[in-house]
Amino acid sequence: MVRRPSRRARIAQWLVLLGLAAVAWYLLANAGENIGRRHIPFGFGYLGNTANFDIPFHLISFTPSDTYARALLVCLLNTLLVSAMSIVTATLLGLLVGIMRLSTNWLVRNLALGFIELVRNTPILVQIIFWYVAVMQTLPGPRQSIFLPGRILLNIRGIYLPAPVFGADAPTLGWIALALAAATPLVWRLRLPGSRRGAGRRLGATALLLPLIALGVLAFGIDDFDAPALRGFNLAGGVQLPPELAALWAGLSIYAAAFIAEIVRSTIQAVQHGQREAALSLGLKPGLVLFLVVLPQALRMMLPPMTSQYLNIIKSSSLGAAVGYPEIFQIFAGTVLNQSGRETETFLIVMGTFLGINLTVSAVMNWFNRRVSLQVMR
Amino acid sequence: MTEAVASAMRAPNNLSGGVDSAGRMSRARAWLQRNLFGSVGNTVLTLVVVAGLVLLLPPLFRWSVTDATLWGVSKSACVGDGACWAFIRMRLPIFIFGLFPPDQRWRVVAAFVLLVGFAIPVLRERTRHRWIYLVALITVFPVLAGLLLVGGVADLPFVDTNLWGGLMLDVTISFVAVAGSLPLGILLAYGRRSQLVVVRTLSVCFIELWRGVPLLTVLFMAAVMLPLFLPHGITVDRLIRAMVALVLFNAAYMAEIIRGGLQGVEEEQEEAAASLGLSWLKTQGFVVLPQAMRIVVPGIINTVVDLFKDTTLVTIVGLSDLLGMVEQALKDPAWLGLAKEGYAFSALVFFVCCFAMSAYGRSVERRLHRGHATVGVRQR
Repeated sequence: MVRRPSRRARIAQWLVLLGLAAVAWYLLANAGENIGRRHIPFGFGYLGNTANFDIPFHLISFTPSDTYARALLVCLLNTLLVSAMSIVTATLLGLLVGIMRLSTNWLVRNLALGFIELVRNTPILVQIIFWYVAVMQTLPGPRQSIFLPGRILLNIRGIYLPAPVFGADAPTLGWIALALAAATPLVWRLRLPGSRRGAGRRLGATALLLPLIALGVLAFGIDDFDAPALRGFNLAGGVQLPPELAALWAGLSIYAAAFIAEIVRSTIQAVQHGQREAALSLGLKPGLVLFLVVLPQALRMMLPPMTSQYLNIIKSSSLGAAVGYPEIFQIFAGTVLNQSGRETETFLIVMGTFLGINLTVSAVMNWFNRRVSLQVMR
Repeated sequence: MTEAVASAMRAPNNLSGGVDSAGRMSRARAWLQRNLFGSVGNTVLTLVVVAGLVLLLPPLFRWSVTDATLWGVSKSACVGDGACWAFIRMRLPIFIFGLFPPDQRWRVVAAFVLLVGFAIPVLRERTRHRWIYLVALITVFPVLAGLLLVGGVADLPFVDTNLWGGLMLDVTISFVAVAGSLPLGILLAYGRRSQLVVVRTLSVCFIELWRGVPLLTVLFMAAVMLPLFLPHGITVDRLIRAMVALVLFNAAYMAEIIRGGLQGVEEEQEEAAASLGLSWLKTQGFVVLPQAMRIVVPGIINTVVDLFKDTTLVTIVGLSDLLGMVEQALKDPAWLGLAKEGYAFSALVFFVCCFAMSAYGRSVERRLHRGHATVGVRQR
């Protein structure tokens, strides 16, 4: 770009700033006047007040006598729960469909293409509402529950999963698992002893095995599974995923999976053909070529576009409002706003929360991306 | 299974016959071998998929076509297990036009015809001076269409925007959001590339702020908070509030796409233009931006598709687009229990529109990739 080392640029700059400041001042002055007219002083003190409403689905205990602040925490956890669940399933489903898209089998390839086109070209809101109204709400009642393999029950009240029952040694194992997970970043930086000082290979991403091992350790603490079962007119035992959560989960996962599948396909195709041929000429089987040579390279390329898909999932979780899943937007932009009448504060909270989650996730993913991206000169 | 395949292969054989058919047969067999039955694993996969389709497709076909009811004026006409398309057929005008007065619906149709007329020269690859048509599309057309739809001039009676709805609302909102966010996105893209610190920082903040929050919160904020920032007593139409929100929100996404396009134009182009003595404005306007915009057409179309799908979100803030109209119709006591039909219909409408747009985008992309080599030839 032609650089104009002139004062003009600086003056233009200040003019822009001045203009914007004037507009902002005008808007804020209006807002101040309007807020003043309502006799509700601006402030976040109301978060300490009693909520007086119930949240039907909560991970931590919540009663109407708790505060707004606790409601915020409950909703934040609900948002994070559905986002995390959807991110995991969308990634797995997307990987599967993306690899299917590259299958040598014509039928499999085109089935995947059909799925992707169908899902990508319909609004996510329609899909979520469809899952809720046309699928979850048409399921049979508890007494006619549909039994799925893995002792999972499906009925109009949602999905019932077997709940793990932890034994006596579970707390100890839990601490060990926590320690293992906490050690991950340290092991990441560990160098294997090399022949010369500092020449050892870094463990790097291999350290990601540790959280998996931690999960395995935790699994040892499970004595039994408490499967849901019919007792009289009701279901007892197990963990219940309410239909709102199930519908939102299905909608978010399937929608994002279609986009992730396209990312998977294009990055696998972008891995240089020579890499594949070299691996094949070394005598590796096609399946091994995919898992040892192509995918490790493709996964690195996938990270940035995947990150933006994950951020999309988190943002779209606000659509839970359409089916009544109690996440931040539904409770705060709905119930809390109506009860307290504090528009500005509530919106600052809602937008700030989403912005905070998104910035955190993208910072972590960027850090991870820098860590694992191939650096030729090192 | 193999019998079905064999009979499928036999079919062309019976039609033509002779030497040719033998060749075709062997080619068909080779195709099948390569694409469906190449190995044991492949054969198993094929069989699993075919079994799944056999389980899934016939019931779907029975529900949607053979057992379905298309004719009838009430739900009692819908007997059997099939879909009740009579419901959709009865409500079609409302799904398309919303509550627009029936005797004024021709205005919506006329506006749509105008849109097509203005858009064709912009979409056609061979149009000369396409940018003139583009400018006309986003300046002249909105004025004409606005006069036509809102009315209140000449003999056209005024139609309140509260009555707008259905698919027409989706198209209107999408158009306004695209037309508004395109120029704003270009400005923001330049702002983000600017060497002026203040301009760059402001652009980055603006873009990242909108991209970091869900569209739903933006729409809701516009619905609830916008009046707060305006002088007391001034009210803004609900539809316009939603439009403003969508324009700002989309401008951030447009800006990032256009920035990618600006980066894709080689620096030599700018240097060459500068050495010819063109000013910065002329360099950008005549050399860089036209090339950048060519590159970003597929990206912009993707955004438009996303935007069109996202217009369904206005339902949550109380406007009745196609999805909203369907949801209202589903609550009609005379037509209860038709959720599957209603949502399948709205999904289908969006699918057709979005698929067509994406297909156009892909064709532009292909031409773009092929075009790079021939640009010089065409100019000569």
